[in-house]
Amino acid sequence: MEVSSKYAVQMHGITKTFGTFCALDHVDLDVKRGTIHSLLGENGAGKSTLMNVLYGLYQADEGEIYLNGEKVNIANPNVAIAHGIGMVHQHFMLVDNFTVTQNIILGNETTSHLGVLNMKQAHKNVQDLVQKYGLEVDPDAKVEDISVGMQQRVEILKALYRGADLLILDEPTAVLTPQETEDLIEIMHSLVADGKTIIIITHKLREIKESSDTCTIIRRGKYVDTVKVADEKEEDLASKMVGRAVKLVVEKTPAKPGKTVFAIDHLQVKDDRGLPAVRDLSLSVHAGEIVGIAGIDGNGQKELVEAITNLTKTESGTIQINGAEVQNTSPRNVVNHKISTIHEDRQKRGLVMDFTVAENSVLEKYRVAPYSKHGMLNRREIQKFAKGLIRDYDVRPEDCANHLARGLSGGNQQKIIIGREVENEPDLLIAMQPTRGLDVGAIEYVHKALIRERDRGRAILLISLELDEIMSISDTIDVLYKGRIVDSFKQGEVDEKTIGLLMAGGKQNGKDS
Amino acid sequence: MLLNNLSLLIGNTFMYSAPLIFGALAGVISERSGVVNLGIEGMMTVGAFVGAAVGYFSGNAWVGFLLAGIAGGLFALLHAVASVTFKADQTISGIALNLIGPGLALFLCRLTFSGATMTQPVPHKLPKILGGAQRNIVAQNFNFDITVILAFAAMIVLWFVLYRTKWGLRIRSVGEHPAAADTLGINVNRTRYGCVITSGILAGLGGASMTLAVIQQFTPTAISGQGFIALAAVIFGKWTPQGAYGACLLFGFAQALSVFPGLAHTSIPPEILAMMPYILTIVVLILFVGRSVAPKSDGLPYEKGVR
Amino acid sequence: MEKTAKILKKPITSTIIAIVCGFAVAAIVLAAAGYNPSAAFGALFSGIFSKPKYISNVIIKATPITLTALSVAFAYKVGLFNIGAEGQYIIGAVAANLVGYLCNFPPIIQIPLVVLSGVAAGALWGGIIGFLKAKFGIHEVLTSIMFNWIAFYISNWVVSSARFHEPNSTAAYPVNPSSYTMLLPNWKTSDAGLAVLKGHKALREVLLKTDVNFGFVIAIAAAVFVWMLLYRSTKGYELRAVGLNRDAAEFAGISVNKNIIITMLIAGALSGLAASMVITGTDPHRISTLSAFENNGFNGLSVAFIAGSSPIGCIFAGLLFGGLLYGGQSIQANIGAPSEIINIMIGTIVFFVALTAVIPKLAVRLEKRGMHNAAK
Repeated sequence: MEVSSKYAVQMHGITKTFGTFCALDHVDLDVKRGTIHSLLGENGAGKSTLMNVLYGLYQADEGEIYLNGEKVNIANPNVAIAHGIGMVHQHFMLVDNFTVTQNIILGNETTSHLGVLNMKQAHKNVQDLVQKYGLEVDPDAKVEDISVGMQQRVEILKALYRGADLLILDEPTAVLTPQETEDLIEIMHSLVADGKTIIIITHKLREIKESSDTCTIIRRGKYVDTVKVADEKEEDLASKMVGRAVKLVVEKTPAKPGKTVFAIDHLQVKDDRGLPAVRDLSLSVHAGEIVGIAGIDGNGQKELVEAITNLTKTESGTIQINGAEVQNTSPRNVVNHKISTIHEDRQKRGLVMDFTVAENSVLEKYRVAPYSKHGMLNRREIQKFAKGLIRDYDVRPEDCANHLARGLSGGNQQKIIIGREVENEPDLLIAMQPTRGLDVGAIEYVHKALIRERDRGRAILLISLELDEIMSISDTIDVLYKGRIVDSFKQGEVDEKTIGLLMAGGKQNGKDS
Repeated sequence: MLLNNLSLLIGNTFMYSAPLIFGALAGVISERSGVVNLGIEGMMTVGAFVGAAVGYFSGNAWVGFLLAGIAGGLFALLHAVASVTFKADQTISGIALNLIGPGLALFLCRLTFSGATMTQPVPHKLPKILGGAQRNIVAQNFNFDITVILAFAAMIVLWFVLYRTKWGLRIRSVGEHPAAADTLGINVNRTRYGCVITSGILAGLGGASMTLAVIQQFTPTAISGQGFIALAAVIFGKWTPQGAYGACLLFGFAQALSVFPGLAHTSIPPEILAMMPYILTIVVLILFVGRSVAPKSDGLPYEKGVR
Repeated sequence: MEKTAKILKKPITSTIIAIVCGFAVAAIVLAAAGYNPSAAFGALFSGIFSKPKYISNVIIKATPITLTALSVAFAYKVGLFNIGAEGQYIIGAVAANLVGYLCNFPPIIQIPLVVLSGVAAGALWGGIIGFLKAKFGIHEVLTSIMFNWIAFYISNWVVSSARFHEPNSTAAYPVNPSSYTMLLPNWKTSDAGLAVLKGHKALREVLLKTDVNFGFVIAIAAAVFVWMLLYRSTKGYELRAVGLNRDAAEFAGISVNKNIIITMLIAGALSGLAASMVITGTDPHRISTLSAFENNGFNGLSVAFIAGSSPIGCIFAGLLFGGLLYGGQSIQANIGAPSEIINIMIGTIVFFVALTAVIPKLAVRLEKRGMHNAAK
């Protein structure tokens, strides 16, 4: 495409390799000034890499970048910032124990002289910015004390503080509630009205429809197409992203719930800071049923799972599996009572990344025969088990039994965890954000696996921040708000909007209760 | 008598603390930028030798003091290269410095002082705050070495830099979340280099304040464990200059107590007295301090562009 | 190219490169100071290998640092930095000395008793550090440094106490001879022994002129034990899981705190064992007043790192370190260069061990590039 000053950004023929891996292969991107342009692709397609090149974090091996028709060389983030580019990363780049103001001014501080900070002036500058753009946030709060939505505003303020005309938002809604997402889209529109240009990286089709003017699709590091969003259907965008026709609905038969396997009764749990996080929560899961817990991050999901798995103590209430109470015992006791958990944080809780796949495959049962005897490991049995698991759960590469888990892709790591947990033959399988960070193919696999286990008669508790996921595979949907189950529905009884409002604490109009 | 004893104890506490304080501040600045520094002991030894040797040959203790700092900084460059450029295991690199530092100091000592493992005494030590000998015993005891004042000043300066200037904000951000700092255009590697070299300078000064103020020459045991005590003070002081300073005073008090003549006549064995502060430290940790939280990225090399 | 990459990926390659670098730097330093490096290294090697008794002394020197290195390496595998090996060694020596002096049973009882008391004392000393970390979250480096000094002063207190101090010396009373773990301690000085040894020059030299003892055999056994424990037992599986990812281990039902305490108990026991073997196996069989740390534990840190924390590697690294320490004395004796050159050399080796950890990473890149080129 022709270089023109109508475009805020033009990236032509961008190529970037890491070692032998070609992350970007001659990718083009042209973004008109004053528009919202989305960049669509699966996880690992190269969206973030492309934007990191634009922001100067990576250097492209080939290709040119033009800003407002001028060719530029963005050697580092300082150059990008000087050109008025601001980026909000998917994983927030905030220093947790700094205040909002400190985070905003970092690297571009207001000083009196000789580098001495003038926090009073800084505070005022931030306050002005907050008012100008209506991004409500307390400048003196510590980042670790504010909500994720607030933290995102701090990130946007950071960019605006540096005079950004072009904002790059990397997966901005992954952590937001439906309500917060709406707010964000509104903020984006008002920023564009103010003359800014926005690039939004996402794989969520609905958001693109709601927010963007134009959409560029990339797949496996290659440019696919650039389309006017208004002209495209969601399905069309999806198939362009994945490269084949995609069904957006998960196929499953109606549940045939059996007896109650798992029950929580009036559970109270405190969080790390000693504040109530789970309050008087009750729920039950039947055999052959998927119960999905819908809720915004930080409403007690983490504490609920930690209480069930005995990583944390409960204040009161009971947790029963097959009639036996397991609260305040030990993580091992929970495993022994046939509860298995697929944790949301693969790298932190799910796998020992520097163990081999085989070693990881027996993380919960290395102590029992045949995997060990008289306190010594039986390595042959462990190998045999791991190879079976790799085969049955389609882990790639096929010969990875003695590879470190670190070397596998996220999807394959997740398959190991799912395989391991399912092979424990649990009565209750807890899946917490089981598809986080996975690409479409892997997500399909995980959903099918959960439904398959349900059909085998297991009780399944699904906790997810992705409302779509909850809506499409749960048989029963419980809505979690401020540590309570505020309502419960059968699948099909309720629409997404109602759930979204309940998740935000509203009854009808979405206002906070 | 009581006043004399008390003033002696206080005077000695400050005297023994000064080298520790420099060492602990060295640890604070390095670790706040995210580089664990277990090599303080080695850096201090280098400073102790260079200070005493230069002090002897130049006849001017200040020249020795200054060059000790420079030598410490240069020596610390090794640690910076390993931990920042090579992204090596910082623990191992620090331990290596603790072997090389004393080895190098003694090697050079033998070369320059005809085979002896100690230097000749320096003609003039660093001055005391009240000048020469004092008549009044209390005044004599409170006639601190200038290094005591310098150590205090260094703590104040470091505190000010870390919490009141943009450099401090940047250093702390690099130690907590280097990727965030990087995205804002702060050069993580350069910041860490600067902090590790500053750390070496401070440690070098600490070593020299041992051999130019507390004693008058370099000996193989002039620095024996102070670097590790300083490291303990960093953790005890929760990685803050003021906290580390306080911890060093406690350890200095320990040392002062063990040589305190007022206790020579009691039935408590001196060894038991000498170990009390270490026991006390543990008790304090159990009762009041508990978990101390290091800077989040302390000890972690920063690698960008790695998938 | 692939072959090169494969060789570079082996940890031993990095270690060898580091050792070569250590020698190179030492050569440069020596040359700069006006000494002939090859003469110095000649003196070093002949100080290690030229006589059987030298080799014997190297092994004797290597024994305690191999064991403390195992202590450090073991804890490192569980994610703990046992800088407290020094204190655990000291307290083990105190216990072994006291028990060996106060008790006098036949060797068959006495030796295990004395050795185990050193082991137990070391284990206790390490265990406290583990307990304080598990229970109160106190950083093990901090407590280790404190406990090193407490052990130091306890040792000096014992040495100076009226009950144990041997008059006109700076040491405690030695252990009873029934505690000795030298090879044939009585036979070798008996008439019959001397008569037999007369015909075997090398054997005579080793047996009579050095304290050749069972320590190194114990050290090898300990290394094999640690390796089996870490890589073949379920306990070791737990410990490594805790070391590599505490959160995942906890989530899988492994008790992190319990394993931290167990690790420090075992690590302490190994350091205590080091002390026991020195007290029972080498002259003067007792503790003396310490004016500074003797570095038996601190040297263990260096040995463990040179070994890349591999238990079996500790045996070889321990021998290397022992050889350099012992043979290094001949450098000064023969060519007059300061023997501290050895410390510089060892430090440089450790330093390059840290640096060369990048080599396997580079090798992976090299390998990938090779594959890439092949694909083209």
